[in-house]
Amino acid sequence: MSKTYEKYYVPAQSPWPIVGAVALFCIAFGAGHYVIDMSKQQSGFGGWLLLLGLAILVFMLVGWFRNVIDESMSGLYSSQMDRSFRQGMSWFIVSEVMFFMAFFGALFYGRVIAMEWLGGASNNAMTFAILWPDFQPVWPLVKTPGGIETQAMPAWGLPAINTAILLISSVTLHFAHTGLEQNKRGQLKGMLFVTLLLGVIFLCLQGYEYVHAYRDLGLRLDSGFYGNTFYLLTGFHGLHVTLGALILFFVFLRVLKGHFTPEKHFAFQAGAWYWHFVDVVWVCLFFFVYVL
Amino acid sequence: MPLNMTRGVTEISQQVYQLHMTIFWICCVIGAVVFGIMFWSIIRHRKARGVQPAQFHESTKVEILWTAIPVVILIGMAIPATKTLIAMEDTSAADVTVLVTGSQWKWHYKYLDHEIEYFSLLATPREQIANKLAKGENYLLEVDRPLVIPTGKKVRFLMTSDDVIHSWWVPAFAVKKDANPGFINEAWTRVDEPGIYRGQCAELCGKDHGFMPVVVIAKEPADYQVWVAQEEARIAAAKAAERELLAMSMDMAELMTTGERVYQGWCVACHQASGNGLPGIFPAIRGSQLVLNDRRAHIDIIVNGKPGTAMQAFGRQLSLKELAAVITYTRNAFDNNTGDAVQAADVYAVQQGKGE
Amino acid sequence: MSAITHEHEHDHDHDHKPTGIKRWLFTTNHKDIGTMYLVFALVMFFIGGSMAMVIRLELFQPGMQFVEPQFFNQMTTVHGLIMVFGAVMPAFTGLANWMIPMMIGAPDMALPRMNNWSFWILPFAFLILLLSLFMPGGGPDFGWTFYAPLSTTYSNDSTALFVFSVHIMGISSIMGAINVIVTIWNMRAPRMTWMKMPLFVWTWFITAFLLIMVMPVLAGAVTMVLTDKYFGTSFFDAAGGGDPVLFQHIFWFFGHPEVYIMILPAFGIVSAIIPTFARKPLFGYASMVYATASIAVLSFLVWAHHMFTTGMPVFATLFFMYCTMLIAVPTGVKVFNWVATMWRGAMTFEVPMMFALAFIVLFTIGGFSGLMLAITPADFQYHDTYFVVAHFHYVLVSGAVFSIIAAAYYWLPKWTGYMYDERLGQLHFWCSLISVNLLFFPMHFVGLAGMPRRIPDYALQFADFNAFISVGGFLFGLSQLIFVWVIVKCARGGEKATAQVWEGAEGLEWQVPSPAPYHTFDTPPEVK
Ligand code: HEA
Ligand code: HEA
Ligand code: CUA
Ligand SMILES: [Cu+2]
Repeated sequence: MSKTYEKYYVPAQSPWPIVGAVALFCIAFGAGHYVIDMSKQQSGFGGWLLLLGLAILVFMLVGWFRNVIDESMSGLYSSQMDRSFRQGMSWFIVSEVMFFMAFFGALFYGRVIAMEWLGGASNNAMTFAILWPDFQPVWPLVKTPGGIETQAMPAWGLPAINTAILLISSVTLHFAHTGLEQNKRGQLKGMLFVTLLLGVIFLCLQGYEYVHAYRDLGLRLDSGFYGNTFYLLTGFHGLHVTLGALILFFVFLRVLKGHFTPEKHFAFQAGAWYWHFVDVVWVCLFFFVYVL
Repeated sequence: MPLNMTRGVTEISQQVYQLHMTIFWICCVIGAVVFGIMFWSIIRHRKARGVQPAQFHESTKVEILWTAIPVVILIGMAIPATKTLIAMEDTSAADVTVLVTGSQWKWHYKYLDHEIEYFSLLATPREQIANKLAKGENYLLEVDRPLVIPTGKKVRFLMTSDDVIHSWWVPAFAVKKDANPGFINEAWTRVDEPGIYRGQCAELCGKDHGFMPVVVIAKEPADYQVWVAQEEARIAAAKAAERELLAMSMDMAELMTTGERVYQGWCVACHQASGNGLPGIFPAIRGSQLVLNDRRAHIDIIVNGKPGTAMQAFGRQLSLKELAAVITYTRNAFDNNTGDAVQAADVYAVQQGKGE
Repeated sequence: MSAITHEHEHDHDHDHKPTGIKRWLFTTNHKDIGTMYLVFALVMFFIGGSMAMVIRLELFQPGMQFVEPQFFNQMTTVHGLIMVFGAVMPAFTGLANWMIPMMIGAPDMALPRMNNWSFWILPFAFLILLLSLFMPGGGPDFGWTFYAPLSTTYSNDSTALFVFSVHIMGISSIMGAINVIVTIWNMRAPRMTWMKMPLFVWTWFITAFLLIMVMPVLAGAVTMVLTDKYFGTSFFDAAGGGDPVLFQHIFWFFGHPEVYIMILPAFGIVSAIIPTFARKPLFGYASMVYATASIAVLSFLVWAHHMFTTGMPVFATLFFMYCTMLIAVPTGVKVFNWVATMWRGAMTFEVPMMFALAFIVLFTIGGFSGLMLAITPADFQYHDTYFVVAHFHYVLVSGAVFSIIAAAYYWLPKWTGYMYDERLGQLHFWCSLISVNLLFFPMHFVGLAGMPRRIPDYALQFADFNAFISVGGFLFGLSQLIFVWVIVKCARGGEKATAQVWEGAEGLEWQVPSPAPYHTFDTPPEVK
């Protein structure tokens, strides 16, 4: 074997993938039944299966990552492998971007096309004249063609504050990263902690905003297209923040254990990328959902 | 069965046919050339004939050539296609306008220039479908009340739907347009020859998508006028009869026979001949708690439907007499035996939003 | 080269395969995972095919004969879903797993554990889909395109199961695609430059990119279906400010690239087989790469050609028509290049070559009908008739499936170490070739004459042709039993295959012994 070539580590057998597959099965099958039961107001095994699936998933993740961390700490990973991980993570984020694109696309279509057509634009004059003569195409869609009314969420209160919080958290995370690269452990720990804290504050405020929307504004998931896109976009974003925060939390624990070196810190990098991605999504969201 | 696209009976449909034939022949020629060369090499350049393989593997010149030629051919196809398309989409200056509404599994026609509207349902008997009777000539392509349009006039169709997406298609006119719920699409035709033209729903719309034909009769304008007058009179008479009915009460036997007929025509597709429905999608009528215990709700669901489900508002589709009959029927058939008769007036009360 | 293979023979430790069921459940080996994908795809092909047989049985004669319309729709839907997501896509992924590391000189896929996870998700996803057929009310019956509101307000209870099963199929595909891209990008042997990669690798690279771009959009679409049906949203309901056609835009933004996901790897396979049996290098390698990339780019701009009748404004319709027509150009380049490769070669006609040749002719016919469909005014007549069904079965069955079969014959000796039975293979080929045309060619005529698709019963004029088509279908189905026979026979033994297997074969995979050792290229091979 030539010396210049670092061997690519191909892990031996691993039980975790199949465990993960079983977990996804339980989650999907359970969630499916849970939703069906819920819609018929009956109870069944769905919810339990879903919980079981989530539990198995957590079990799997713990086991899998423990393996990965052990392997990483014992120096099995070459720089080529590090590149594989980085590229894998980047493409995963691309796929996440496309997932959000589906909803942004829907928002764009509903707002720029469907709403105008319902109001008689383009080749839909008769749609308006015969089917929805009372409809007024204004965004935010506070009154749907079918007559559901709601109030719009203003942009310059909490949402603006939340935007600031997330943006700052991206900056603090960046400083944590430079801290890591310059081997300033204190800066790393401190900044990472602040980032996490900001993430949690964001989530709390977001929860508060939901309550406000439901209770005071009558803005609900079923309030028509405005409410739909509002909740699905912010909701999926919130889920991603939660996931990002969890990743950062475990990264934080590993930082405390002294796991990363200035040269090798894929997990930290991945968590940071993810966090920045979630941040960018929010900025788009803030503009397209709240401001415009 | 004709082996090619129908030429149809409108100028547009002829154009479409021409387009179809043009592209078809272009494809045939390209195919002949490409496959010809390919089979030539298969035959000539076989190892079995002892040939030595050449080793060339590149030529920018031919690559450019066989990129450019198809582009030119495509432009040649696109020009007539664009012209025809623009003509098809121009629905302005129509003489007659019909609002076409699809619903599971029938068409509703409403003439915006006259007091005429009616449903158009499959007329093929269920026994034929179930292979119990010999199939008629127009099996699955026949309806009780066809759409009637005048020849030589521009007829505009406004398409919409009450539930899922349907698609109104008459091949002889080259008109196929989706009927989207909540939106109105437009299409038009000008038919030159009187006749009966048949088509089908062309968008999967659920269970009986295959049983939702379109039949159009094109009449000379004079005949068309006669038909309009007759139809207006028929509909006016039916409305008057409705009003009279409110004061009358029908006897149980009449209600049950009419009710059974209506059930077979309108309800059976979902709730089944047995009244058992299809579990998990269409509820049973037999032993239904709603039917047995809540007369008011029973009338209401038939008149106003149940939003968000396939149960439609039949109050708009059936006459008072038919409604009363079918409600009575479902209250007494399938071992429901409530012994209850529902009269037109009862239905009318619910329709007006009042209690019984 | 022999130095490396030599090393393997000594390195017993490395070629030691785990045994028993654990080998398959816990594996991280790209060859094992590839095998599992391929076997799974074959099983799904038979299940999906059996559903097609139910369809053809019911359509054998007019009148309702064997099944209820509701059940018929479920068969149509699940047939489409299984063939697309369960048979063709996993088969290609299986081939990618087996061949890509060997073709680029990599020791394995880049992320081996995730690779196993991607596979094992799939059987569970399809288990859920198939189980949903047994729910009261039945399984999905709204077509594989699940147009709203038929799939939302008007669908049966089991829809949530459909949604979640599609979700996890998507997760599997995305992870599989990430693995392929990273492998190709990061694991090529030294000096295996981009423009030296075999075309199969190239086409898969681009396919994987398409997958990453569009599978999440499908996930978005099913999510909106879920919330519209169960949580009161109105994405696809005008009363709430939505639009049913919005669903179609989202679906086809995924759906059209999806059909190229099912054909680009096929192009790669054919581009491997034709030069081998013509004993002549592939003509226009670089233009093949660019053509594939152009097809991929264009595929994002044509989605609404499935929606010409939905009432889009004219300018949008025209835009989509022109873009769609343009795809004929790069696809034509591919076809011409294959023909030019054969020109003045020295051809032999073993089974893989036969299927590849049939692919070129029949796929092109399917492409021609695709081009006809692209002409909007004509599409108003073709849309949702059997003409469309004929089109896509030509590109999918005699296109994608034929290419997979060709690939299987081509690489079987490499996988098993034995030659398949050439006579049986030829029998399989001729039976398939004849019956596939009996099955799908008459569909063009039925469609032109006006028979809509997705109907369980039809007017009397279509009776003779449908009977004919059904017979063709049964024959094609039976022919595939020969295929299974060939595979089983080959796996169990036969004439020993050499490392190179085919006289004209070139590429790294032909430099390792047959069967390929459990681990190949632990150290990277020498690339010329
Ligand atoms: C592998 C799958 C695959 C492939 C490769 C294609 C390829 C193409 N398809 Fe097809 N298509 C499907 C799978 C596929 N399709 C499916 C599954 C559906 C139905 C979905 C559903 O509704 O359920 C469908 C439906 C479909 C429609 C919608 C029909 C309708 O519902 O009304 C259209 C319309 O434009 C279309 C067009 C095309 C075109 C233009 C190509 C082109 O890529 C073809 C290009 C190839 C050639 C043209 C041949 C070779 C070229 C030459 C030899 C060069 C010279 C040629 C000329 C200049 C003419 N397809
Ligand atoms: C790659 C994809 C793929 C493949 C391989 C096939 C393969 C086949 N398909 Fe297709 N089909 C689709 C994708 C595919 N299909 C899609 C996407 C749709 C649209 C769905 C929709 O509208 O939503 C569709 C729809 C469709 C229809 C239209 C249904 C309708 O509109 O109502 C029909 C009708 O004939 C049909 C037939 C067949 C047949 C006979 C085969 C044959 O090639 C199958 C051959 C295989 C076997 C038969 C299995 C193997 C053999 C055995 C199990 C042995 C036993 C055999 C016998 C008893 C004879 N398919
Ligand atoms: Cu109505 Cu199909
Ligand atoms: Cu397409």
